[in-house]
Amino acid sequence: MAQPALTRTGPGRSLWSGVLLGIGFMAAVDEIVFHQILAWHHFYDRSTPAVSLLSDGLLHASELVALVAGMFMMADLLRSRAFVPLFFWAGLFLGLAAFQLFDGVVDHKVLQLHQVRYGVPILLYDLAWNLAGLALLLIGALLWRRASRRRRAGP
Amino acid sequence: MAAGQPEAASGALMHAGHGMGTPSGPGADLPLLLPWGLLLAAAMLYGGLATRQVRAGRGWPAARSIWFALGSLLLAVAFSPALTELAHADVRAHMAQHLLTGMFAPLALALAWPLTLLLRNLPVQLARRLMGWLHAPPLRLLTSPVTALLLNVGGLSLLYLTPLYALMLHRPLVHGLVQFHVFAAGLLYTVVVAGIEPVVARAPFALRVAVLLLGTAAHATLAKLLYAGWWPHGTGNPPGQLQQAAKLMYSWGDLAEMLLAVLVFWGWYVRRGRAQARARGSAGQNRAVTSPGR
Repeated sequence: MAQPALTRTGPGRSLWSGVLLGIGFMAAVDEIVFHQILAWHHFYDRSTPAVSLLSDGLLHASELVALVAGMFMMADLLRSRAFVPLFFWAGLFLGLAAFQLFDGVVDHKVLQLHQVRYGVPILLYDLAWNLAGLALLLIGALLWRRASRRRRAGP
Repeated sequence: MAAGQPEAASGALMHAGHGMGTPSGPGADLPLLLPWGLLLAAAMLYGGLATRQVRAGRGWPAARSIWFALGSLLLAVAFSPALTELAHADVRAHMAQHLLTGMFAPLALALAWPLTLLLRNLPVQLARRLMGWLHAPPLRLLTSPVTALLLNVGGLSLLYLTPLYALMLHRPLVHGLVQFHVFAAGLLYTVVVAGIEPVVARAPFALRVAVLLLGTAAHATLAKLLYAGWWPHGTGNPPGQLQQAAKLMYSWGDLAEMLLAVLVFWGWYVRRGRAQARARGSAGQNRAVTSPGR
């Protein structure tokens, strides 16, 4: 019993459209809420070398392109009736978690581009930031497991 | 009286301190009006060619003409003598001009398919020869997304990270050339990255997305460098003004790049839909037998 080609690629592509939108959405939330509204950290920190600036620019560009790409991928899946919502939601939470943890671990700690906030004890902020990322990762993993089980069990 | 207005304004600007020699006297406004003249000529040509297509029964989508009108309007605002005068003194006005000529007007004009319209109106022999040139190695190299990216980002870096910007304020000819380059490079970049006009050989999707990423990143990075004060000295602009200009470049540039990204992926969506329709069409008879419900 061969499945039609379009539904066979549906779950994986639904997952990836969710991942793209999750990364783009969390990056946008970071920029809008923390950079611009709260102004806890800024898009430019004077002590940051030019190379980090370019990496920040690449991250920013990826965020914009990921949002647009994810939306068109989702539209394409909906059009061909290959969209699998549960895989999409799993991907979305995994994408949200991926950005949050990348920002919290690589940007804040490894590269030290910026911190969550300045002039306050940073440990609690870092813990809140990365635990939120872990929680999102857990939700995404659980959704993914449920989606895979449901798919193996058949519709 | 109307002609006296910009002169009075420029006098005040000179007083404000970048010390450039603004040409004055009869005919001084002519160079400022030259872009408007060229724009009017282009609009008349486009309108005439589009009308010819419709009259000949071959049709020309109204949406494309509307995009052309919008693009021309944005350019007319960007090249207005008032904004040009203001841009010499206020770097925020310069940035608005840059965003209009280099990003937003090209987006609208690319959607107007001007090259396709031109080729459709030419005699077949000449159109074929032009197509041959477009697909020959030298022009193919020019219309590669990588070249367009280099011309675009390279030009901007030269303008902002060298004394070129200061020079431009003193030399009307340099100013004109820079404006033309910003517009031409912006239009080329938009057309080849979006892959809009089929008469230009369309680059691979992955390459266009990669160029889009790099271009967006470079634009955002340049804006941050300007914000940080890497701007060349000698322009006499107060730092607060420069930072506001950099923020304009950052946020409005983002919007333009995002619209370009929409064009890139919209093209992907349309072509994918056609491919799926073709696949369904050829597999139609088989599927009607094996899976009637779906």
